[in-house]
Amino acid sequence: MRYAMAIDTKKCVGCNDCVVACQIENKVPEGFCRDWVVEAVSGTYPNLELEYRSERCHHCANAPCVRCCPTGSSHIVEGGIVLVDHDKCIGCGACIASCPYDARYPHPDGYVDKCTFCIHKVRKGEQPACVSVCPTNCLYFGDLDDPNSEVSKKIKERKYKRLKTEAGTDPQLYFLI
Amino acid sequence: MEEELIISGRMNDRVDPTLNIWHWEIPFYLFVGGLAAGILFFAAFYYLNGKEKDYPTAVKIAPMFTPFLLILGLIALFLDLNHKLYFWRLYTTIRLESPMSWGAWTLMVVTPLSFIWSAIHLKEVFPKWDWKFEVINKLEQFFINHKKHLAWLMAVFAVLLGIYTGVLLRAFNARPLWNTSILGPLFLASGLSAGAAVVVLLTKNELERKLFSKIDIIIIVAELFFIIHMFMGLLASTQVQIEAAQLFLDGPYTLPFWIFVVFLGMLVPALLEFLELRGQRIPAVIPVALILMGNVMLRFVIVYAGQASRYLY
Amino acid sequence: TTFFDSTTASIFASQIDSTIKFSQTPTYCEVCFWKCAGWVTKNEEGEIWKVEGHKDDPHCNGRLCPRGTGGVGMYHDEDRLKKPLMRVEKDGKQTYVEVSWDEALDFIANKMTEIKEKYGPESMALFTHGSGGKFLGHLMKSYGSPHITAPSFAQCRGPREVAFYSTFGEGVYSPERTDIRDTRCLVLIGSHIGENMHNGQVQEMSEAIEKGATIITVDPRFSTAASKSKHWLPIKPATDLALLLAWTHVIINEGWYDKEYVEKYCFGFDQLKAHVQQYTPEWAYGVTTLEPKQIIETAREMAKAAPAVIVHPGRHVTWYGDDTQRLRAVAILNALLGSWGRRGGFYFPDKISIPSYPHPEYPKATKSYLDAMKGKYNLASEVISNGLCEVTVPSPERDWNIKGWIVNGTNLIHTLPDQKKTMEAIQSLELMVAIDTMPMEITGYADVVLPECTYLERYDAIRNSPHRDPVICLRMPAVEPKYDSKPDWWIAKELGEKLGLKEYFQYKDIEEMLDWQLKKVGSSLKEMQKIGVKTFKRKFDDLYLIDGQDFEFNTSTGKIELYSTELAAEGFDPLPSFTEHKQPPAGFYRLNYGRAPVHTFSRTANNPNLSAIMKENDLWVNPKVAKQWGLKNGQYVWLKNQDDIVSTFSIKVRVTERIRWDSVYMVHGFGHSEKNLSRAFGKGASDTELISNVKVDPIMGGTGMRENFVTFLTEDPKPKEEV
Ligand SMILES: Nc1nc2c(c(=O)[nH]1)N[C@H]1C(S)=C(S)[C@@H](COP(=O)(O)OP(=O)(O)OC[C@H]3O[C@@H](n4cnc5c(=O)[nH]c(N)nc54)[C@H](O)[C@@H]3O)O[C@H]1N2
Ligand SMILES: Nc1nc2c(c(=O)[nH]1)N[C@H]1C(S)=C(S)[C@@H](COP(=O)(O)OP(=O)(O)OC[C@H]3O[C@@H](n4cnc5c(=O)[nH]c(N)nc54)[C@H](O)[C@@H]3O)O[C@H]1N2
Ligand code: SF4
Ligand code: SF4
Ligand code: SF4
Ligand code: SF4
Ligand code: SF4
Ligand SMILES: [Mo]
Repeated sequence: MRYAMAIDTKKCVGCNDCVVACQIENKVPEGFCRDWVVEAVSGTYPNLELEYRSERCHHCANAPCVRCCPTGSSHIVEGGIVLVDHDKCIGCGACIASCPYDARYPHPDGYVDKCTFCIHKVRKGEQPACVSVCPTNCLYFGDLDDPNSEVSKKIKERKYKRLKTEAGTDPQLYFLI
Repeated sequence: MEEELIISGRMNDRVDPTLNIWHWEIPFYLFVGGLAAGILFFAAFYYLNGKEKDYPTAVKIAPMFTPFLLILGLIALFLDLNHKLYFWRLYTTIRLESPMSWGAWTLMVVTPLSFIWSAIHLKEVFPKWDWKFEVINKLEQFFINHKKHLAWLMAVFAVLLGIYTGVLLRAFNARPLWNTSILGPLFLASGLSAGAAVVVLLTKNELERKLFSKIDIIIIVAELFFIIHMFMGLLASTQVQIEAAQLFLDGPYTLPFWIFVVFLGMLVPALLEFLELRGQRIPAVIPVALILMGNVMLRFVIVYAGQASRYLY
Repeated sequence: TTFFDSTTASIFASQIDSTIKFSQTPTYCEVCFWKCAGWVTKNEEGEIWKVEGHKDDPHCNGRLCPRGTGGVGMYHDEDRLKKPLMRVEKDGKQTYVEVSWDEALDFIANKMTEIKEKYGPESMALFTHGSGGKFLGHLMKSYGSPHITAPSFAQCRGPREVAFYSTFGEGVYSPERTDIRDTRCLVLIGSHIGENMHNGQVQEMSEAIEKGATIITVDPRFSTAASKSKHWLPIKPATDLALLLAWTHVIINEGWYDKEYVEKYCFGFDQLKAHVQQYTPEWAYGVTTLEPKQIIETAREMAKAAPAVIVHPGRHVTWYGDDTQRLRAVAILNALLGSWGRRGGFYFPDKISIPSYPHPEYPKATKSYLDAMKGKYNLASEVISNGLCEVTVPSPERDWNIKGWIVNGTNLIHTLPDQKKTMEAIQSLELMVAIDTMPMEITGYADVVLPECTYLERYDAIRNSPHRDPVICLRMPAVEPKYDSKPDWWIAKELGEKLGLKEYFQYKDIEEMLDWQLKKVGSSLKEMQKIGVKTFKRKFDDLYLIDGQDFEFNTSTGKIELYSTELAAEGFDPLPSFTEHKQPPAGFYRLNYGRAPVHTFSRTANNPNLSAIMKENDLWVNPKVAKQWGLKNGQYVWLKNQDDIVSTFSIKVRVTERIRWDSVYMVHGFGHSEKNLSRAFGKGASDTELISNVKVDPIMGGTGMRENFVTFLTEDPKPKEEV
């Protein structure tokens, strides 16, 4: 099993619903976030292009945050989901420094926190909160090892890009372009 | 015009706009760690070479400072942690892939070694010293009998500690500046030069001073070589690494790096020590202070600039 | 395995306990007027945790927009109004004191009785926006006043409704009857769907994009929708009518219109054809700066897709004062393309009818504010809010004025342009009551402030909106009201009883009333509490026109009026003509404004969940302009408009190519001056205070707000204490 997310930048309108839903679902403290939205504009008026990207932890197949963690708090579970065990985390910040995507934040309670792919929902057969709320239906979550999953199909049908692959992380967010 | 902005109001000042996770604690810890590693390495090295008598400061006196340095380092490291009460979690596992982990374990070994090493030389340095308890005297005798093993252990772990201070940052290849293999040797060399400088300062023995001044000069030359190498490597690499190098060539870190680290921290003290070897009378404290200052600055600059360097989308 | 178990345990320990059964109650969202149905989920402590969309609701299809998702913040906001407040004078200073509901309502009832006796019941007006208006409206009508208004008419979609009524004999309504889901070509004229988060439309537009529909966006700003479009027409502001007429010209002259449809259903084609001959694409080029080639190509795209094409009528369309005529041009274009009543165009919505709870007939009003308007605005299909304002300010030409306002769920200070006029009206009042959930600018002007509980803590009227299939939906309280707040239905009933109107409120409580109504339509309160949303079958299969079907339109000719007999009768142009609008003078920039996806007007600015995402608005400035003025990204500036009005607060500059060099852009709803809004106070600037030039639509009285020009002040123009 290999969980992954595909994000259709052609449909995303940058509304931030995924961020609001995540904050409420996961009780993310004010000022922090597990996902965020990037707006990228290029060109000169009126020859312009605009891309919105809903970003979060890439659940890297080659995760430097897990490698760097001195306590094993950052670890990998089923489907390649990268998690932080709050009770093992000493808050040293090594994982934050090692993540090229700035996907982690120090929780005010001391430990480090990040996107869990909503594993508490996924284990119940539900979709992650950001995915199930997205009004444009542009987030797809599922198992890449299953050729019939929606993510697999999207990645097969569409062109995509992954971010900062030069950092060698083998990220598992696929931005459909 | 290109514009790229986070529109979801992310206010994580630990990563936005650039990484800001480490402050004074980590560079300070890297400095004292490197310094202690340098001192302990020389102590073990010259002891094992049978030069205990020739270089008493390096083998016996300078190491007395290392327990304090290491404790200070540990305190700094502890202060840096956000989840302090879970500190002990570091020692419930060994994770060889994580420099943070084996660094912590190295310290766990080096610190007691430094205590023991200092303790078994106490009576030599302070002849009136008395342990008061017979058990301790027995223990002391035990270690003195195994001093050779002790020295070997200390040499190995001092080198590990020295390299660790450089490799720690090297492991974070998310930050282009740190993503260079020169950092380990550079920090190791820098720690050794600081260790040598401390010996120069403390020694009353002309021979010892001369030797360690020479060592210092050689190491500084090596450091300069590493630095040039580091820049050539960065500049020959991808755009983000070139930008990382720019931080030092034409950016906020240009002045601190070239003036304080390279000029005042390396070139000037090397020159002064060279002149001293040539017979000029120069108070030892000046080059030594400069070297230590350069050492501290190097770590601060590399830690801060590294946090400011990042991959683009 | 134990490894996984231990991780699960530790994650849930500090996050969510998956074993707890959360209770869910139905509601519909009140963060905007799209009214999506949803479920409220409580946490283990019985506190409201989250609101999620209702899968059976066509307004949201199980997905709320960011504001709806963040709606819980309205409930949790600790700045909420907590107790009824009354204005008193203390040591020569006006302050508010907390009073009991009884005291507050007694005071209001006495004042209203006095006003009724002295000036007649028509001298009371109700300004309302949102669900509670149903009950307060009923109260006003029972009391004897027809003066019930919402800003959603004259500040919003009024021109569109009037234009479509006069063309098709029907309005566009809300939610819009646009069949975006199945369209093949969607034309957005300043309608910035994607930033305008009206949920169903956003979802359907996304679905249409996925299915390969062509999007054409006409917007001087590179909107989100523009970025999704095959054709973006970066029109010069205020010239849309020229483009619409040129399109009409091309579609007629090239013979691309739906001949059969026009022949069968339309009236006045020949007059229209003759009329638009002057409006060539070459002519339009000079006006709009859009190249003829582009105009023709986009006209062809529409024709190719027809009748599955939507020239979207927009919603907030009060722009330049000739708005009804512009929307007429939109309606005409749709008629020519045959999209009205066709799949992928505009469908015929349906809803069931729910009887109102029995009550005696309302007293007949003898006065109307329209009498004071000297024969203007007869075509206004709803009461004009700014008209009521006008009739509140005493004038020697009138023998009566409005003397009392109840303002419910509308922050008039930020909502009505020309703030000076609004203030003047408020100063002339003998009674002003504000019902709100939050301390807002408007509540600071009231004699009595009544704290309504939020939508998550109350029942409201059944949501019964027109859609593809009739669908109703229930809002019920998820928790008890916080503090000493009460729902509008209760306020209306109590006040009604104190006013001696008991016979109009013969139900014990709203549950009794809702149950009675629901049973009349074959449901019950109990059922709705369980299912939340109930869809009914259409009586007839009449979502679209059937090919060749005879159809009588609700206009005086019974046809789609390309040539409007109704407008002609009132002395207006029966066919839309181009009118020129002012362009900004040197050194000034057109003040453009719009929506941000995470905010609804000024009402969400203090919402903890939503202000976390966007705490202030910023001022979009083209890089050329920024360079000229030496403005830096992130710098704060003040704005001064053509009438020397200076913004109270400064606003952060965003240098971006997304805006033209002749305009600046900001999101409406910021720049709050109410200090009790701890998160929103002083954040960003208010567009409203800079809109002092109002272009009133002569046909329906709408307030055109887009002819205001601003310039930058880089230094704080006023001494600190004033702020
Ligand atoms: N300058 C400018 N003016 C505009 C617009 C613009 O874009 N720019 N847009 C126009 C348009 S399209 C519209 S529709 C109008 C909208 O105008 P309004 O509906 O007046 O908008 P808000 O400013 O959100 O004011 C809503 C008020 O309702 C209160 N409220 C929220 N929930 C409740 C509730 O449950 N009960 C009660 N009693 N009160 C509640 C809020 O606290 C707030 O004070 O504004 C128009 N005016
Ligand atoms: N997130 C969010 N969504 C909302 C609301 C909200 O408060 N927040 N409010 C809802 C309500 S009540 C309404 S009425 C709607 C309003 O939403 P819409 O009807 O979609 O939008 P408008 O406010 O009319 O238009 C704003 C757009 O018009 C463009 N524009 C400005 N001047 C011109 C011009 O001269 N010509 C053309 N062609 N375009 C121009 C602006 O650049 C901007 O993109 O939004 C609804 N949706
Ligand atoms: S909710 Fe969907 S459309 Fe909105 S920003 Fe997130 S991914 Fe994009
Ligand atoms: S995105 Fe960052 S936090 Fe997530 S797995 Fe990759 S390195 Fe770790
Ligand atoms: S902060 Fe926590 S999770 Fe991150 S590396 Fe340190 S111990 Fe591991
Ligand atoms: S998957 Fe869950 S935790 Fe991750 S960003 Fe989406 S909502 Fe947040
Ligand atoms: S569109 Fe958004 S704010 Fe409006 S009712 Fe629906 S969920 Fe609520
Ligand atoms: Mo509106």
